[in-house]
Amino acid sequence: MLVAGLLLAAGLLLAAAGAQESGAQEAEERANVRRIYDRIAQADRSQARTRKPAAAYKVTIPNTTVSYDMASIPAGEFTMGSTAKKDEQPPHKVRLDAFWMQAREVTWDEYRLFMFASMSDKPDGGTARKDETVDAVSHPTRPYVEMSFGMGIDGFPAISMTQHAANKYAEWLSAKTGEFYRLPTEAEWEYACRAGAGPPPAGSPQLGDYAWYAANSKGKYQKVATRKPNAWGLYDMLGNVMEWTLDQYAPYLPGNQPGNQPGAAVNPWVKATTPYPNAVRGGSWNDGPEMLRCSARVASDASWKQQDPQLPKSIWYLTDAQWLGFRLVRPAKIPSPPEMYRYWNSGLEHEEQ
Amino acid sequence: MKDQPTNSERRDFLKTASGAVGAAVATGFPAIISGQTVTNAIKVGLVGCGGRGSGAASQALAADDYTELTAVADVDQSQVDNCLRSLKRISKTAGRVKVETATQFLGLDAFQKVIDSKVDVVLLATPPGFRPLHLGACIANNKHVFCEKPVSTDAVGVRAVMAVADVAKQKNLSLVAGFCWRYNNMIQDTFQQMESGAIGRLVAYYATYYTSPVKPIPPASTRPAGMSDVEWQIRNWYNFVWLCGDSLVEQAIHSVDKIAWAMHDEPPVSCVGVGGRTIPAEGGNIYDHFEVNYIYPNGVRAFMGNRQSVGCYNENSDYLLGTDGTCTIGRGPTPRIEGKTNWAFTGQQYNMYQREHDLLFASIRKGQPMNDGKRMATSTLLALMGRMAAYTGQQVTWDQAMNSQEKLFPDHLDWNGTLEVKPRAQPGITKLV
Repeated sequence: MLVAGLLLAAGLLLAAAGAQESGAQEAEERANVRRIYDRIAQADRSQARTRKPAAAYKVTIPNTTVSYDMASIPAGEFTMGSTAKKDEQPPHKVRLDAFWMQAREVTWDEYRLFMFASMSDKPDGGTARKDETVDAVSHPTRPYVEMSFGMGIDGFPAISMTQHAANKYAEWLSAKTGEFYRLPTEAEWEYACRAGAGPPPAGSPQLGDYAWYAANSKGKYQKVATRKPNAWGLYDMLGNVMEWTLDQYAPYLPGNQPGNQPGAAVNPWVKATTPYPNAVRGGSWNDGPEMLRCSARVASDASWKQQDPQLPKSIWYLTDAQWLGFRLVRPAKIPSPPEMYRYWNSGLEHEEQ
Repeated sequence: MKDQPTNSERRDFLKTASGAVGAAVATGFPAIISGQTVTNAIKVGLVGCGGRGSGAASQALAADDYTELTAVADVDQSQVDNCLRSLKRISKTAGRVKVETATQFLGLDAFQKVIDSKVDVVLLATPPGFRPLHLGACIANNKHVFCEKPVSTDAVGVRAVMAVADVAKQKNLSLVAGFCWRYNNMIQDTFQQMESGAIGRLVAYYATYYTSPVKPIPPASTRPAGMSDVEWQIRNWYNFVWLCGDSLVEQAIHSVDKIAWAMHDEPPVSCVGVGGRTIPAEGGNIYDHFEVNYIYPNGVRAFMGNRQSVGCYNENSDYLLGTDGTCTIGRGPTPRIEGKTNWAFTGQQYNMYQREHDLLFASIRKGQPMNDGKRMATSTLLALMGRMAAYTGQQVTWDQAMNSQEKLFPDHLDWNGTLEVKPRAQPGITKLV
């Protein structure tokens, strides 16, 4: 038993929890989000005088040597969607506030700090640096199998996490750094991918200069930021691994997206009401050029964790999605604590098949 | 190397396949079933309601439109409750979860009550130490069985399982083992390539199973006052050799089983092994690492490395070295062969756990029993042999392993009873029994 399986302890605990208990759990989580918010607000006040808005910068995750770069994405308006495929229609105007975006896909170097961060069962009894606010963020259960599937760790993109796991990573990193992070909305992702000018057209000879995809990936993901960046300094928006967004995958229709209203939709976000499907973007090492387009959309599916032999299935791992990762954004405007809670709990991940 | 299928192709497949949990039917096997007008229910009992048992039950329900889960056994009502709750969340099959309070059995004899409750098929998914006892009772009572791996934690149990598997054959009962890779079409295709000579003659097989710890034992201070030894050990079963067999036997056995597969399930001559524990066992008696070298009659070697540690290099791969090339599994999403023949798996990968049950229930419907008994027993013994070599520090022959008199499972087990934990094995001191 317990094969290529993943666990589940967390899933069981959640399942075991009665309604009352889960209510208490939510209250606890909200209180912790409030603490994270306070930390972010305080850091923001102390940095307000020194930081230039709209500048790229580097972050070293506190108490580690692991760092990542933030690219500055200006506020602006763009036409989201295309006429290429049905689910990309109709093209519609969207206006977005400014934000920063991680220049690279989140690597195992970063993600493993979170994935293996639960030190309470650290076998040698060694003490991790205690930070109750950070530690209160729920962490992935330890996987039974090696989650890079032999494709590489150092400098390679983290893969096979659920949207819930990516959300919790964002919450964890926010607590850790004092900067607010979340997954990008679908609109933010596409806007950043287009980078004002848009990428090289699909199928053109330059695609391989910018992207790892089926034609040049040799059947696996590659180190991040080893192709050219786009005009806004973002690497691997197309190819290498697909990337999670915050949105439910839904048609661009009135009601879902105010795209047909006069003027542009402002900061649209299609909030999830079901665990699947959610919107995934950018194509991967496993895709042909038709998926390597800024407007191309993919719908997440429960079968992405079919290899999990357990029931309930893990809320943390998508064992079969070995081409799926993510990167985070940091909005220029800090949201309220209830908004933060909503962003970090958008996934509705649970154990249903 | 060939291009990989596009993601949309892959996705479409996956989507189909998951629709196939239920409709695994649509993707191949179920034609066997759906072509018939069978409406009589196949009653299924589950023994061991943990995550894997619950998963197996979900697959049994999805395998055939007329399977019904009618009885369950565990030692803990909360496990039963979680299991049934999870199963009832699967809308397609929820209506066939028909486990009344009266057929939820608790305790160490609950397996017998499930067997006696007029089920047709029993799913065995408790900790493996119980397996020989449970399997023996199932076959004695004419039940078809899905039997999770491994099938024993000692050679005494393996011999019992071998005898019972023969009886199952005589009785035309299906016995399907949870050595899931044997039911994975991607690995099947890969082994078929090698059967066709893609890497020439096999010279060596190196398998790795370096992972995180599985179910580490909580501190002894958390043991509730008054909890018996037996209960404490069963609740923390992964940490006791008599229950789990140790990591080589319980987890890495998936790779050991692939080695056996590559060797056509023929036994090795002997093996040597090293192993030990690098962190405190906290009252348990298992190792956290093994490295075993097997030698086969034709001089072929097989190397099995296994570790369960935090913060170390992890890998779960197979390297088959042949005279004309190599086959690599687990370095990247799909297996590949390089050498005189260059090949990579590019097809669709089906859900191997579902396939186990699709085939099991189809075999029952058709009256054409399957029997994995012999190979599930020999693969288990192959892992046990490596454990014996590592525990004792001696070279161990197949015959010695096969005739080992070591009996770990207690003759009499009382839920409230005392049970001494045998000291962890010490190479050079621990004797081969």
